[in-house]
Amino acid sequence: MFEATERTLRDAQRERWVKAGLLVMTILLILPVAIILTVLVMRGAPMLSIEFLFEEPTNGMTAGGIFPALIGTIWLVIVALLASVPVGVAAAIYLSEYAPDNKLTRLINLAIINLAGVPSIVHALFGVGAFVIFAGFGTSILAASLTLAVMTLPVVIVSTRESLQAVPQAFRAACWNMGATRWQTIRRVVLPNAVSGILTGVILEVSRTAGETAPIMFTGAAFFLPFLPESVFDQTMALSLHLFVISTQVPNVPEGLPYGVALVLVGMVLTMNAISVALRTKLRGRRKW
Amino acid sequence: MVNDAKLSFSDVAVHYGAEKAFSGLSCEVKEHEIFGIIGPAGAGKTSLLRAINRMDDFNSEMRVSGRIALDGRDVREWRNVYALRQRIGVVFPLPVGLPLSVFENVALSPRLRGIRNREELNAIVERCLRRAALWDEVKDRLDTLGSLLSGGQQQRLTIARALSQEPEVLLLDEFSIAVDPVTTMRIEDVLRSLREELTIVLVTNLVQQARRLADRTAFMLGGELVEVGETETLFCGGTQDNRTREYLEGRFG
Repeated sequence: MFEATERTLRDAQRERWVKAGLLVMTILLILPVAIILTVLVMRGAPMLSIEFLFEEPTNGMTAGGIFPALIGTIWLVIVALLASVPVGVAAAIYLSEYAPDNKLTRLINLAIINLAGVPSIVHALFGVGAFVIFAGFGTSILAASLTLAVMTLPVVIVSTRESLQAVPQAFRAACWNMGATRWQTIRRVVLPNAVSGILTGVILEVSRTAGETAPIMFTGAAFFLPFLPESVFDQTMALSLHLFVISTQVPNVPEGLPYGVALVLVGMVLTMNAISVALRTKLRGRRKW
Repeated sequence: MVNDAKLSFSDVAVHYGAEKAFSGLSCEVKEHEIFGIIGPAGAGKTSLLRAINRMDDFNSEMRVSGRIALDGRDVREWRNVYALRQRIGVVFPLPVGLPLSVFENVALSPRLRGIRNREELNAIVERCLRRAALWDEVKDRLDTLGSLLSGGQQQRLTIARALSQEPEVLLLDEFSIAVDPVTTMRIEDVLRSLREELTIVLVTNLVQQARRLADRTAFMLGGELVEVGETETLFCGGTQDNRTREYLEGRFG
């Protein structure tokens, strides 16, 4: 007959404690998200209306809507994507499929890690130097978006590379054995099976870009500009900077207004995250091996 | 060394880093024969196949020395390695159905060669699937994913795929590992009939499979080619080396 010894009893006790401790930590993780969302919805939801979304700010930004900032954020995100996705995906394909394991590759990997670690305000100053002044774009959507693109590049590269690496090596070997070149293999077998992961990574990156403030405040986002941008060489308002401005720089802002702006911004980000999760679930359901 | 040898090896060795897979291997494979290679695990059989196809290009650890020639021409001298690999079909021990439809699995290689005509592709796919004894089972579901077929079907799919390259040499690496005995017999029949058209190198753990199929058989042991001989001679006691006889009699390995 098996009998619980003192030792197994102690182990079982410890097991319960460890599990409980880990659970508490995990719940602590949810707490800030829950609080932020609750406060935003409670205080910001009364602000929301069609006029709020589609009208310009008035009365020194203490009234009216957020339309120029909303449109400006969409511009910034789209142009940043157009710049970072081709470069990031191409770099990831090279690193995953072509790069030999040598000093140069290791140097590139190191550069990517370091690029991810650069604070956003430093990216902002780099953007001023490189895009606003040196490239001559002035403070514009283009300069701001390129700054955002540089900042998010590591995320795109790393997530794309991971998606590519998730495609089993045996598929590549089978193609190579048939006499397929690396590019033929990538195009016909690797990319079609990695595309869901790449898309997911890109969408997550979008949501990050939408919320950034520091990199755009010197490079293209305007304090107050109640017009819609007409080209990438215009300045624009942006939700994130607008929130910063009305929270700290403008007197007599009604209490609910910043919460409304924050709610719209967070809503945008969460919607994109939800799309990303849904896409991943859907495509994973059709996994082909 | 110009003769009727389809493949010839002289003093070939393969290393992975500092680790030796096999060395000092010299022999020839004649056109239109089934050349069996037997030996226990770790003898270097698979490495030999990999070297023929120049798979060392894809593995920085793997080094090949010596001379491997296809039709008397060193595989290292082929400027277009892709053309070389197209002439050599390979079937791995574990079947790899690519995550494409059954049709596309077989049509991939012709497509890579630039064949676009749908009817031509249809004809190639049907012919290759028939020759791999798979057509009857999949002809109504050519659109399902190749990776969703059963193990035995996937193995025949990889054979059909190898045949779609219209290769001159077919390298088989323990193809029956993931296949049931009945399917194995069917594939063996296929291989016998393919001998008319191409040269087959068959690596196998099953001594009796080599006996059933191979015209000549090579015995490898611990990174060394022990001996090569007519299969019937070897199995009827005509071995030169005691180790071969002991292996064939099942005393080790």
